[in-house]
Amino acid sequence: MQSTTEGAAVDAARVQRIREAAYRIRTNALIQAEVQGQGYIGQALDVADVLAVLYTDQLKFNPADPEWEDRDRCLLSIGHYAIALYAALAEAKFFPHEELETYATDDSRLPMSAMASYTPGVEISGGSLGHGLTIANGVALGLKRKGNPAFVYNILSDGELNEGSTWEAAAVAAHHKLDNLIAIVDFNDQQADGKSQAMLSMEPIDGKFETFGWITRRVDGNDVEAVVIALEELRASDAAQPRCLIVNTKLGKGVKFLEEREKLHFMSVGADEWQLAHQQLKEQFEA
Amino acid sequence: MSITQKKRLTSDAMSASLAGEDQRTTAAPLGHALVQLAQQDERVVGLSADLAKYTDLHILRDAMPDRFYQVGMAEQALLGAAAGLAMEGFVPFASTYSVFATRRAYDFLCLDIAEANLNVNMVCALPGLTTGYGPSHQATEDVAILRGMPNLTIVDPCDAVDIEQAVPQLAAHNGPTYMRILRGKVPRVLDEYDYTFELGKAQLLRDGAEVLLISTGLMTERALEAAKALTQDRVDVAVLHVPTLKPLDEETILRELGRDRVVLTCENHTVIGGLFDAVAHAAIRDGVFRQITPVGLPDEFLDAGALPTLNDRYGLSTSKIVERVKSLLDPKHTERPD
Repeated sequence: MQSTTEGAAVDAARVQRIREAAYRIRTNALIQAEVQGQGYIGQALDVADVLAVLYTDQLKFNPADPEWEDRDRCLLSIGHYAIALYAALAEAKFFPHEELETYATDDSRLPMSAMASYTPGVEISGGSLGHGLTIANGVALGLKRKGNPAFVYNILSDGELNEGSTWEAAAVAAHHKLDNLIAIVDFNDQQADGKSQAMLSMEPIDGKFETFGWITRRVDGNDVEAVVIALEELRASDAAQPRCLIVNTKLGKGVKFLEEREKLHFMSVGADEWQLAHQQLKEQFEA
Repeated sequence: MSITQKKRLTSDAMSASLAGEDQRTTAAPLGHALVQLAQQDERVVGLSADLAKYTDLHILRDAMPDRFYQVGMAEQALLGAAAGLAMEGFVPFASTYSVFATRRAYDFLCLDIAEANLNVNMVCALPGLTTGYGPSHQATEDVAILRGMPNLTIVDPCDAVDIEQAVPQLAAHNGPTYMRILRGKVPRVLDEYDYTFELGKAQLLRDGAEVLLISTGLMTERALEAAKALTQDRVDVAVLHVPTLKPLDEETILRELGRDRVVLTCENHTVIGGLFDAVAHAAIRDGVFRQITPVGLPDEFLDAGALPTLNDRYGLSTSKIVERVKSLLDPKHTERPD
């Protein structure tokens, strides 16, 4: 793996490889969403670049052995983002690509909200928000107790920061010096009732985490090079502190008419629009 | 008489010892049992949310500091961290007060621990009426809250013997458990009987032909005292101790309910959703139609005050159990000539 320091560029071929993976993850998300005709499509598209960085470049794992002891643990708090995670897990070969078409159907291993007991590679049952970081603390403590150098990642949403338990967990992580913990906050400024900033603003998010004793970075989450550099810097730090990466992302990223759509949180896509979505995704990727 | 002259009953709010002065007790049985277990099993760790000293986990903390995690006054973080440690193969014992684990952190207990069926053991203090501090600290409905939670095993121990023997069995049980602990100087009661705690089992501590007291938790001690007291009135009372409330040992309970006796349930919990409900539920489903009288806390937020006063007020004291049993018997029964 190429080492990077602040401001250093990531090899262009590597960036291109990750971007291609992100494109396939977006395609995978659309395939699942089409089964239901609706869902958390906007979020899946916005977080696809971050998941591509994690699942095709940064995380250690073995898809043939999802519980491999030396794997990095990646905990998805936001179970709602299931189609995004499944899209990434399919790209990472945890299950066959064709299985995506079973999404949220009877007896599928891919339920509408991500649950650990159903899907290979899913570490926790998220969905009730504000849980992931509390569990990540225990996993991080457990890894340290075992002398296991793996990292714990927790993907949260900006809306999830409204839950007080997140801040209990943030304090515990800093107090216990959990330097093997990386929280990734997907800041897409959208929650159920509208824009996050209009519901209960948590800004400055980086400032809050820093005050709690964390190291933070904040980057454009749809810029894979920036995400790679930030994650590598955070992981390389010698500080006895937990780490937080805030990624600013765009709802519906990659599909122009979805980026511009008014109702973004739980999105409906017309039967006639799927072809257009795939077409625009391809056009924007190739642009 | 002025206020200063008159001796008023009080209860030390959080460090109250339930034991009477002349009673045999063991100090901090949970803490000592945990140290013993942790010495044998390196997977065992303890966690507390600022109440180690008040749940007896300080014994583990002080004896094996490397095996203990303090998370501060943060019950959601406590149960989430316990879940994460269990995911990594450890066997956490997480302690706080029952009210905080159940009312405050229910979602974490349910989704992080029970849904994942992790071996996390919650050992929580101040069950039911064991503090006069008032409803903020009295877990009068914790069993009712938790009985509906799939995968969860619920234990309400009687005494130090139950607690000591339960600890290794809770750790060995591959799933989440919740034990309402007694702490401080905890009475020793059950070692006078041919008794061993067995997770999931009810045990007949004494047999009797006329009355059956089905009891759980600290009420078993009072049921035994009441049975002894009633012997003076020539009333023959059986006591069936039910330390595991879920899963309920229905086989033993139904066997004892099948005999023609006056039946009472005794629990340190609201009469809604606890032992009485569980026993009645099993009886009706099995077609056993028998009047069962609940001795338990009323469907009210309890008064604050001194424990002896409150136990009398709410009918949980030994003398009140005796009165209740007598009121249910045919008056002629207790008045018969020698």
